[in-house]
Amino acid sequence: MSGPNFPNPIVRWIDHRLPVFTFMHHEMHEYPTPKNLNYWWNFGSLAGIMLVIMLVSGITLAMSYTPHTSMAFDSVERIMRDVNFGWLIRYIHSNGGSFFFIAVYIHIFRGMYYGSYKAPRELLWLLGVVIMLLMMATAFMGYVLPWGQMSFWGATVITNLFSAIPLVGEDIVTLLWGGFSVDNPTLNRFFSLHYLMPFVIVGVVVLHLVALHRFGSNNPLGIDTKGPQDSIPFHPYYTIKDAYGLGVFLVIFAGFVFYAPNFLGEPDNYIPANPLVTPSHIVPEWYFLPFYAILRAVPDKLLGVVMMFASIAMLFILPWLDRSPVRSGSFRPVFRIFFWVLFADCLLLGYLGAKPASGIYVVLARLGTAYYFAHFVILLPLLSIFETPRPLPKSISQAVTSKGTAAVIAALILVGGLGLGGTPAKASGGDIPKQDWSFSGPFGTFDRGELQRGFQVFKDTCAGCHGLKYIAFRNLAALGYNELEVKAIAAEYEVLDVPNEEGEVLMRPARASDRWPSPFANDNAARASNGGALPPDLSLMAKARIGGPDYLYALMTGYTEAPADFSLSDGMSYHIYFGGNQIAMPPPLFEDGTEYSDGTKATVDQQARDITAFLMWAAEPSLEDRNRMGFKVILFLLVLTVMLYFSKRKIWASVH
Amino acid sequence: MADTHDDATRRDFLHVASATVGLVGTAVAVWPFIDQMNPAADTLALASTELDISGIEVGMAITAVWRGKPVFVRQRTAEEIATAAADDKADLPDPQLDADRVQKTEWLILVGVCTHLGCVPLGQKSGDPKGDYGGWFCPCHGSHYDTSGRIRKGPAPLNLPVPPYAFTSDTTIKIG
Ligand code: FES
Repeated sequence: MSGPNFPNPIVRWIDHRLPVFTFMHHEMHEYPTPKNLNYWWNFGSLAGIMLVIMLVSGITLAMSYTPHTSMAFDSVERIMRDVNFGWLIRYIHSNGGSFFFIAVYIHIFRGMYYGSYKAPRELLWLLGVVIMLLMMATAFMGYVLPWGQMSFWGATVITNLFSAIPLVGEDIVTLLWGGFSVDNPTLNRFFSLHYLMPFVIVGVVVLHLVALHRFGSNNPLGIDTKGPQDSIPFHPYYTIKDAYGLGVFLVIFAGFVFYAPNFLGEPDNYIPANPLVTPSHIVPEWYFLPFYAILRAVPDKLLGVVMMFASIAMLFILPWLDRSPVRSGSFRPVFRIFFWVLFADCLLLGYLGAKPASGIYVVLARLGTAYYFAHFVILLPLLSIFETPRPLPKSISQAVTSKGTAAVIAALILVGGLGLGGTPAKASGGDIPKQDWSFSGPFGTFDRGELQRGFQVFKDTCAGCHGLKYIAFRNLAALGYNELEVKAIAAEYEVLDVPNEEGEVLMRPARASDRWPSPFANDNAARASNGGALPPDLSLMAKARIGGPDYLYALMTGYTEAPADFSLSDGMSYHIYFGGNQIAMPPPLFEDGTEYSDGTKATVDQQARDITAFLMWAAEPSLEDRNRMGFKVILFLLVLTVMLYFSKRKIWASVH
Repeated sequence: MADTHDDATRRDFLHVASATVGLVGTAVAVWPFIDQMNPAADTLALASTELDISGIEVGMAITAVWRGKPVFVRQRTAEEIATAAADDKADLPDPQLDADRVQKTEWLILVGVCTHLGCVPLGQKSGDPKGDYGGWFCPCHGSHYDTSGRIRKGPAPLNLPVPPYAFTSDTTIKIG
């Protein structure tokens, strides 16, 4: 064996019998890589690292998650509230999915621009598309697991896609469900498969890497390396460049995890799944939006599903649609324009996927869909024939180009903007006025006085009808109450005891460890006492509505006299902000409706602010920890990234 | 590329520093993923159990649950108390005075988990075998405990542990 000569005898001993070190040396150190790769080439390794982050956070989440319809939602809330660092791990996992897709989508567009799918790298490309498909299936099933409203209805809609298949469609859907609707068997199998699929992805990634190392990376010039003067060893040159890129990527990722953890999610998923009520506006996660737009653009059920899958199939046959011998878009003046048009088209489709399927949006979605397919089946084959490429440089070393970091960062911001466009509903909570809260912003904290007053409002006003089931009395310590005060508050309430020796179930005074008891024995009792309307549990209310705390404040203060020409239904109250301008809840707050123990004057406005702050705390008790930890983590990552940047410059100094 | 140059740069202070900072960061980031396996806040909140003992007659025992484990609460007879005290001088594998194992001599409170490999010993119900020393008998590998819950015979190395508890009134105890 002509392996490298390792100085360490133990390494030598092992390597002689199990040549892992030779393998690593060969694949990392000797592996020749074109020396002109730009920062777009970072996204492959970023995707790989996101996969690892998803695996680690997913496996740890599974240690506390319960895949049962009656417990899944609660177990996720328990992770968020009670499990050590549970909120951190869950936010890493839920945002990590998005960042995995960001990395992979940029990676794919990079491959498309620089022609990385062309011979001899067709299989490398195909394996990559397989990975994307597997990721989509995994992400979809993962989104079902928290068992919120979007989970449930997303699962219903997506599994129903298969019912479009002629003859066997219905049977397939029943098979997927394990019943006659999305229910516990569905949740169980989705959990099982969601756990399995990432390991399948790892397997395909290994194949992807084997295929990559056969011919090495493509490069921005798209020409083959012609000898040692064109390439450099992967390590240390690209390990340090990848590490630096990772630093930048993680800073942005941490920004989302710590300061906008629910930005990419849907408020509706903080409402437990209800098989009887569909949310008024259901949207998939942003990374599915372009495909969703294609599905809805076609007015026929079967054809819509076919087109959606065909849009991915285009990627599979891409190497055979584009026959141009020139790989890199940099030397294809016409292709280059159409590439960016296609990119814009995908963004447009993504935007439309989040819009209601009506009016101008449908027209645009049809145009966008038509263009998408035209790009692949008409434009690319024609371009291969009619386009005159610019002359290619003789070798890489002759024409080392380097694109700046700026373009990559601009792209990341653009993708962030896509997320923003993808959740237009949030921005369009427009008529709800914004308020200043002590807890908003990266340095936000709760005001203990405000929380305690809010808690008083809750006790005196809301608790008669609304539950707060995810809050245990012990949690009130976070409001600034000491142990004795918490016990005293708990003792004011009664909860069901365990059956006594005679088998009777009696009430006992609540203890600190008990959760807030529901004001009604069950949902039907609650409806009966409230004119048929079920007063929702308030634990998560501040996260479960578009607008969050601003919405709650507006809800509390938006009652007025109905205008003369407005016909109110029976038992409803007129409301400025509530949908349809009428609401079943009677005005909850009154001047001096509560007597604040700190002597604050209990105006309606004051009470509304206090209860909102309290409910924000109830929904997101980890908020202060999150802000504090986020500051430290991002500071650390910035320092590390700067160090990596200078290391990278130093290592690369000899190349430039 | 020239290897000599590589080696020179790799020993560079900046590279060592970056690598160190990166490794330390990774090591710190591992902690949350380990700590999530520790008991969660709601589990810790259940760490104490209140118990009404007014219904336990002399010579009877009940089994309560504390932290998911059985806790034996027995009101001992005068005879049992006397044997336990007398056995203080016997040859004990894990010597301990009966007086050190109880707060009120009639009430014996023990974690009902065999100190050998964790089975629950028999002896709580009137029909149960109580072993050679009139306390508890672990059927798994044959450990015998006396009327103070001390190990007397068999593979178990230690006495049945006494959980932390306090009498909150004459008829209630708080375990934990
Ligand atoms: S576990 Fe009790 S004797 Fe082995």
